[in-house]
Amino acid sequence: MSAYLSIEGVGITFNPRKSPTPALVGVDLKIAKGEFVSIIGHSGCGKSTLLNIVAGLLKPTLGGVFLERQLVDAPGPDRAVVFQNHSLLPWLTVYDNVRLAVNKVFGKTRGEAERHEWTLHNLNLVGMSHAIAKYPSEVSGGMKQRVGIARALAMEPKVLLMDEPFGALDALNRARLQDALMGIQTTLRNTVIMITHDVDEAVLLSDRIVMMTNGPAATIGEVLDIPLDRARKRLDLADDTTYAHCRGEVLRFLYARHRPADADAA
Amino acid sequence: MTSVPVDEPTNTSMSQTESPIAIAPSAASRLRERLFQVLPDIVLPVITLLVVLLVWHLIATNLGGGIPGIGETWERGVELLSDPFHSNGPNDMGIFWQVLYSLGRVMAGFTLAALVGVPVGFLMGSSAIFRKGWAPLIQILRPVSPLAWLPIGLLLFRAVDPSAIFVIFITSIWPIILNTSAGVVAIPNDYRNVAAVLRLNRIEMVRHILLPATLPHVLTGMRLSLGIAWMVIVAAEMLTGGIGIGFFVWDEWNNLNVSSIIVAIIIIGVVGIILDLGMNMIQRRFDHSQR
Ligand SMILES: Nc1ncnc2c1ncn2[C@@H]1O[C@H](COP(=O)(O)OP(=O)(O)OP(=O)(O)O)[C@@H](O)[C@H]1O
Ligand SMILES: [Mg+2]
Repeated sequence: MSAYLSIEGVGITFNPRKSPTPALVGVDLKIAKGEFVSIIGHSGCGKSTLLNIVAGLLKPTLGGVFLERQLVDAPGPDRAVVFQNHSLLPWLTVYDNVRLAVNKVFGKTRGEAERHEWTLHNLNLVGMSHAIAKYPSEVSGGMKQRVGIARALAMEPKVLLMDEPFGALDALNRARLQDALMGIQTTLRNTVIMITHDVDEAVLLSDRIVMMTNGPAATIGEVLDIPLDRARKRLDLADDTTYAHCRGEVLRFLYARHRPADADAA
Repeated sequence: MTSVPVDEPTNTSMSQTESPIAIAPSAASRLRERLFQVLPDIVLPVITLLVVLLVWHLIATNLGGGIPGIGETWERGVELLSDPFHSNGPNDMGIFWQVLYSLGRVMAGFTLAALVGVPVGFLMGSSAIFRKGWAPLIQILRPVSPLAWLPIGLLLFRAVDPSAIFVIFITSIWPIILNTSAGVVAIPNDYRNVAAVLRLNRIEMVRHILLPATLPHVLTGMRLSLGIAWMVIVAAEMLTGGIGIGFFVWDEWNNLNVSSIIVAIIIIGVVGIILDLGMNMIQRRFDHSQR
């Protein structure tokens, strides 16, 4: 079987010498091209760790990640990351943050004017054209996150990795950005791995939801297909039975079978 | 003793706040509001100044001992500042030239310290090997009074001017090294991750991440250095002689011109403030977190 992205037997142990704590064990996941996969699980189970392994920012102790059958062993723009806290460079304007990535990825293949257009195009995709000259500290948290997404999209990554991209946002902003992301996804058909804490967000956006067991030694507990048609509408789904069923499955996994450790004590 | 100086200035400030209200009663309320806004910023320092002047006056008249009076010092100040640019050979130069020579030494030593300190700071910040190797040396040398290096400078350069510059170099370099390396260490992991995902090479990494991220720290180190350097140059010049505000102070002491020394102290302070304000402006210009 030749998946587009293949995570094979990945395990990681931090501090292997001093106090070995296996964080992830035996993670296997195959993702097809154009698929949108969410990873959900309780805090500290190792979602970010898994995403960082796919990004190449962390090296697994066991197993490996293969993208188009090539072993991933270093970070690169083909696996662009949208970080949880936007990670924009504060000394660059909104435009320059995206432009830096565009220059780096397309510096040799596209001309000056083309790169300028492409930078503007991606900022336009996330609805940030109006603020290109502003510095990150001058725009809101939601806008920073949009720029972070534009920067990642502008790299034309093979896989887009997002670590709780909307985690720090209020409910309204979050819904707006989710809709924006769905719109972009219907046209671009990126391969996406997104970490989230939010069950509704996972069901709304994903083709599949990967549910992780609690750490230490966390692994994939269950994978749920979301058989909803694309071009989903938030309001239509409110009364949809498939939606409600999927939602219930995830909730049952998280709160009946894999309650967080501290919830038992309480 | 203490109640006397406090009472008097308070009365002065009262009369200041009341008089404009009496003159223009129509705009009285607005004016009062205005005055209350600027009151802490202007009136309080004025009160302090008056207290200091009063104490000075009391010391000069009661204790004597060669401390000149306020009026005498004022006259000397006017005299010195009315002809700051005169130059009758190396032994008789205006106060402007004295300050300029001192500033020149400070700038020379400070610039050299920045040229050496910033790269060393970068090395220490980015390499644990350098950090571990150099930290003990710096810890030992940093608390040493820079003046202790003056004899070494005289020995090395056999001339007073380079020795003074050498002392300023030593003074300035520690804060620059330490702040620069702290700035490199403090670069958030996020920025390193961004650089890694973008596959920035070493030069791009320095240009796009390292330099801009540490610039505020580097400037903080430079601001500290410049402040200390300006303090140290006065002491160094007292020892080395030549043209400069420090030797000017020493020379006037030998001539028992204490009023000149007081004027020089005020000038040194004002120049120090100007240097610090200049660095503060540069700092704010480049501090991305303040934008
Ligand atoms: N560099 C590291 N060294 C040691 N332990 C680590 C390191 N990074 C993560 N861990 C541990 O691995 C586990 C998983 O961390 P991770 O950040 O991946 O969790 P997470 O699922 O992303 O949590 P959250 O939802 O709160 O972001 C945690 O117990 C954490 O303490
Ligand atoms: Mg996380």
